[in-house]
Amino acid sequence: MTRRLAGAALALAAGFALANPLAPDALVKDVMLDIQRIIVADKDLKEGDRAKTTRLIEDKALPHFNHVGMTALAVGASWRKATPEQKQRLAEEFRTLLVRTYASSLSAFGDQKFEFRPLRMKPEDTDVTVEVRVLQPGSQPVVVEYDMEKNARGWQVYDVRVGGISLVVNYRTEFGNIVRDKGIDGLIGTLATKNKSLAAADTKK
Amino acid sequence: MSARTLVLALALAAGGCATTGGGDARDPLEGVNRAVFAFNDQADDIVFRPAARLYRNVTPQGLRDSVRNFFSNIDDLFIGVNNLLQGKVETAVNDWLRFAFNSTLGFFGIIDWASDMGLEKHNEDFGQTLGRWGVGDGMYLVLPLLGPSTLRDTVALPVDWAGDPVYEHTPVDERNIMTATRTIGRRADLLGASRTLEAAALDRYVFLREAYLQQRRSQIYDGRPPRERPPVD
Repeated sequence: MTRRLAGAALALAAGFALANPLAPDALVKDVMLDIQRIIVADKDLKEGDRAKTTRLIEDKALPHFNHVGMTALAVGASWRKATPEQKQRLAEEFRTLLVRTYASSLSAFGDQKFEFRPLRMKPEDTDVTVEVRVLQPGSQPVVVEYDMEKNARGWQVYDVRVGGISLVVNYRTEFGNIVRDKGIDGLIGTLATKNKSLAAADTKK
Repeated sequence: MSARTLVLALALAAGGCATTGGGDARDPLEGVNRAVFAFNDQADDIVFRPAARLYRNVTPQGLRDSVRNFFSNIDDLFIGVNNLLQGKVETAVNDWLRFAFNSTLGFFGIIDWASDMGLEKHNEDFGQTLGRWGVGDGMYLVLPLLGPSTLRDTVALPVDWAGDPVYEHTPVDERNIMTATRTIGRRADLLGASRTLEAAALDRYVFLREAYLQQRRSQIYDGRPPRERPPVD
C-alpha cells in the first residue's frame, strides 16, 4: 500500500516535471485566469494590498519563471565573470525587484479582458513565445508575449515583452551601465538599495 | 515661467554635457536630454499628474471611456492615411471603416462599435511610416513636454500635427479645450504605468529611453520586429 502510494506520488511528480508538462499556452492561460479569479474575489487584492499581492505572485506566478535565466540574460556578458555567490545574490535581488514591479501593476489585472492566442508549435519545440492580448476600450490591444523554454521544471518564462518592450532588454542597458561604473558588486548593491527603498515605501503606506 | 525654466535647464545641460562620460552611441545629447527630462518631470509633478488624478477622481469610468473613444476615433483617419502610405491598403480601409461606423452608429465616436465588429484599432503615425520606409531612428531626443522621441520621430511631428483634426480645429479656444482634455485623459490612462515605472527602474531616464526605442521598433514592424536573440550563457 505504502509502496503503491509512493509509486503513484513519484509517477505524479515525474509527470509534472518531465513526461508531459502542460502545453505552454495552456499553462499561461491557466495561471493568468487563476490569478485574475483570486484578485476578483479578494477585496484587499483589488485595493492593492502589497503584502498579499506579493504572496500571490510568489505562490502562483513565480514558479513558472526562470528567474536565474532572466537575470543572466539581463546582466549579459558580465554574467560569465560573476562568482557563484555573486550570481546567486544578483538573481535574488532581481527576483525581488521583479516581484515588486509586478505587484505594482497587479491591482489593474482584475478588470482586464484577455484574449489568448493558440500557439502553433511542434512537439519537439523547447523555446516558444506565447502571446496574450489585453483588450482595453478605445486603444489598440496591448500584446504581452512570454518567451518560454522547456527545462527540468516544465515550461518556464525567461522574458516578457509588453507592447514590444522586453523586460530583459530594457534592464540590460541599465545593468550594463552600472557594471561598467561600479562592477558586479556595485550592481548587487544598487539592486539591494532599490529593493530596500521600495520596501520602506510600502511600509509607509 | 516654462520658457525661462527651459532655457535655464538647457543651459545647465550644456554645462553638464561635457561631464557625461561613457555615453550611449544612440544618445549623444544625453546631457541636454536629461535636463529636459528633469524639466518634464517637474511639469508632470506640478501640472499633469495632479490634473490627471483629479480627472480620474471626479469623472466616472464610463465618461472617461467615451472621451478616450472620441479622440481615438478622430485619430483613425490619419492612422488610415499612414497605413496607406506604408502600402497596407486593407488595413487603411479597416481604419476608415472604423471611422465611418463609429462616427455614425457610435455617436461621434464615443462608442467603439467597430472593435466589437472585429475591426481592430491600429497605432500609426508619420514617424512609423518613415521607419517603414527605411529611415533609421537617428539620435534619441527628449522633447520639452512631449517626452521621449528620436530625430526621425521629431521630424515627423509636424506632419502628424497637420494630419490631426484637433490641432487643425478652429476656433482656437475650442481647439485648446479639446487638446487639454485629450492630454489629461491620456495622462490619466498612464497613471498605473508611471507607478510601475517608479517601481521597476533603477535609472528612470535610461529605463524610459530603452522602453521608448524598443516600443518604436515594435510599432514600426506592427508588433513583429525581426527577432534579435540575446546572447545566452
